[in-house]
Amino acid sequence: MEAEVRVFATLRRYLPELAIGEAKIVQIEPGTTLDQLRECLDLPAEEVKVIMVNNLQADPDDLVSDGDRVTYIPAVAGG
Amino acid sequence: MTRKLLRINMSDLSATYEDMPEKWAKWAGRGLTSAITLDEIEPTCHPLGPNNKLIIAPGWVSGTPAAPSSGRTSFGGKSPLTGTIKEANAGGLSSQKIAKLGIGAIILEGTPKDGKWYTLHITKDGVQFDDASDLMGKGMYEVDDLCWQKYPNEPAVIGIGQVGERKLSNAGISVNDPENKPGRYAGRGGMGAVMGARGVKAIVIDDAGGPGVEIADMDLFKQGRKKLTAAIMQHDLTKKDGGLNSYGTNVLMNIINEAGGLPTRNFSAGQFEGAALISGEMVAEMVEKRQSGMTGHGCHPGCIIQCSNIYPNEEGEDFVSCVEYETSWALGANCGINDLDYVAKMTWECNDIGLDTIEAGNTVAVAMDGGLLEFGDKVGALALFDEIRKGTPMGRILGQGVEATAKAFGVSRVPTVKGQSMPAYEPRAIKGIGVTYATSTMGADHTAGYTIAPEIAGVGGKVDPLSKEGKADLSLTFQAATAFIDSTGYCLFIAFPILDIAEGWAGMAESVAGVMGMEITGDDVIPMGKEILKMERIFNERAGFTAADDRLPEFMRFEKLPPHNVVWDTSDEDLDLVYAWVNGTDE
Repeated sequence: MEAEVRVFATLRRYLPELAIGEAKIVQIEPGTTLDQLRECLDLPAEEVKVIMVNNLQADPDDLVSDGDRVTYIPAVAGG
Repeated sequence: MTRKLLRINMSDLSATYEDMPEKWAKWAGRGLTSAITLDEIEPTCHPLGPNNKLIIAPGWVSGTPAAPSSGRTSFGGKSPLTGTIKEANAGGLSSQKIAKLGIGAIILEGTPKDGKWYTLHITKDGVQFDDASDLMGKGMYEVDDLCWQKYPNEPAVIGIGQVGERKLSNAGISVNDPENKPGRYAGRGGMGAVMGARGVKAIVIDDAGGPGVEIADMDLFKQGRKKLTAAIMQHDLTKKDGGLNSYGTNVLMNIINEAGGLPTRNFSAGQFEGAALISGEMVAEMVEKRQSGMTGHGCHPGCIIQCSNIYPNEEGEDFVSCVEYETSWALGANCGINDLDYVAKMTWECNDIGLDTIEAGNTVAVAMDGGLLEFGDKVGALALFDEIRKGTPMGRILGQGVEATAKAFGVSRVPTVKGQSMPAYEPRAIKGIGVTYATSTMGADHTAGYTIAPEIAGVGGKVDPLSKEGKADLSLTFQAATAFIDSTGYCLFIAFPILDIAEGWAGMAESVAGVMGMEITGDDVIPMGKEILKMERIFNERAGFTAADDRLPEFMRFEKLPPHNVVWDTSDEDLDLVYAWVNGTDE
């Protein structure tokens, strides 16, 4: 199965090959958690503040499902 | 405290320095503008009539040595856009200079009997009333240039563009930045029209030789400053090369889009397919590609967050500051426009003619919804700003903001509360910010109670944006904290690190206590914020506002917002809880 992964803002430094908003298609085994997927991509845990799956908040321990749209987000805010 | 009140009466062109009355002595910034507005302005007055006033106040710590990111100036009075009390604040050069002249607030009142326009030149020696004929009809880029040519010592320039001269309800007040460009706007609520109604085109402030800011307890001030600075520099969001410093507030564009809460095409959808193209990441890419402009720009001296930017044009020249999130969203996603160069051109227009970019973008979007232009018509949208500049009948309608424009074009999807249009967060998908929009004393305003921090960013806790649970309390807490921070002179963005780092929160309060000689700690922030909110709420009640005004627009209750397909379903009872304490017996 596979998931599409997006990273934004300062986390883009770890996947510089992606254009802004472009997804990386990642092949994963069933039973993979969001935190394990993050590790596969070498995104530092301390820099991931929020995770979204299919436009909803998610937890690091949540399992990834086939076709999920996963987004890792660093510290952001503004106005 | 020795802070003076500078009362400038335009009816007889007089300026008097008064001792700060005891009843206002503890306030500064928003707390002071709101206290003066409540005491001195008739709540039912016409906002453009002779009985309204413009109150200008630096914050508690503005002008003190190296208090970090403390250059905010509050502008208060009764709003022409909302009819409510208003405080809009801006960065730029003015706050620190007013404070260093020993002035706690400027009260601008009266109307010139001769119908002339004036430039006020404020120095340590007093106020000079100069004929403003040389500035009339000019945009703020030229006004700022001319003022620096005419007046010495690179002064602060507070001014209004053509929209303020015409007293239209979306007129903002510009403050020049360290490069003497306009763009730091007290934008919301039409306070530029209030300044125009006083016959004042510009206020030039030169602090040379001023007495400076008295600090009651220097050790306590230094202790607080140290803690606050450490928190700002430590937090991932506000530190050097962190999210705000690298990408500015527009770091949010892709994130809010991802959350399905990015208002698109006049609040008809929660995601915009062109979000990446107008995002903060794209601004940074353009700066790199065009080898011009900059990210990490400071809007006022002493800012250590530096979230502003200078956007470069296609010719590789520094073009406009600042393409921030609200601006890029309002003039971009909400108009269906995905071209950052056009967003930048419209931002320049807003800066020059003196418009709030949020209200301006929403106005164009509503006009598009009414059939004036197709969504996405960037060329047509840009041309509308020329109509506003020239003051054509069309331009005058657009310059009045969203509600007037919606009526002119027969649009019922009108994203306003109390006459002021919503910023860049969809309340159907992010429920807490909807509570703030509905109940704020200012009309729809994200900064009034920025629940986005915990609802989206995981700052100050983490809550589900789509849940209604606990959002009344959350909004009130944020509204109260904001009212306090808006009084400090600190930028509201210090809230992000100090919500997560308790030492920083304490440090903020200690720095204020040190300057003012007040015995306050971090525990006093929320109660003092509520005191300010109460004053504002009472003004609004006296102006005729009731609970029925604390509501989101009707269409949000039945138009489902994609992608979550949600409506606004927070109950009126929940909304009424937010301010129940004002008239209750518990306070």
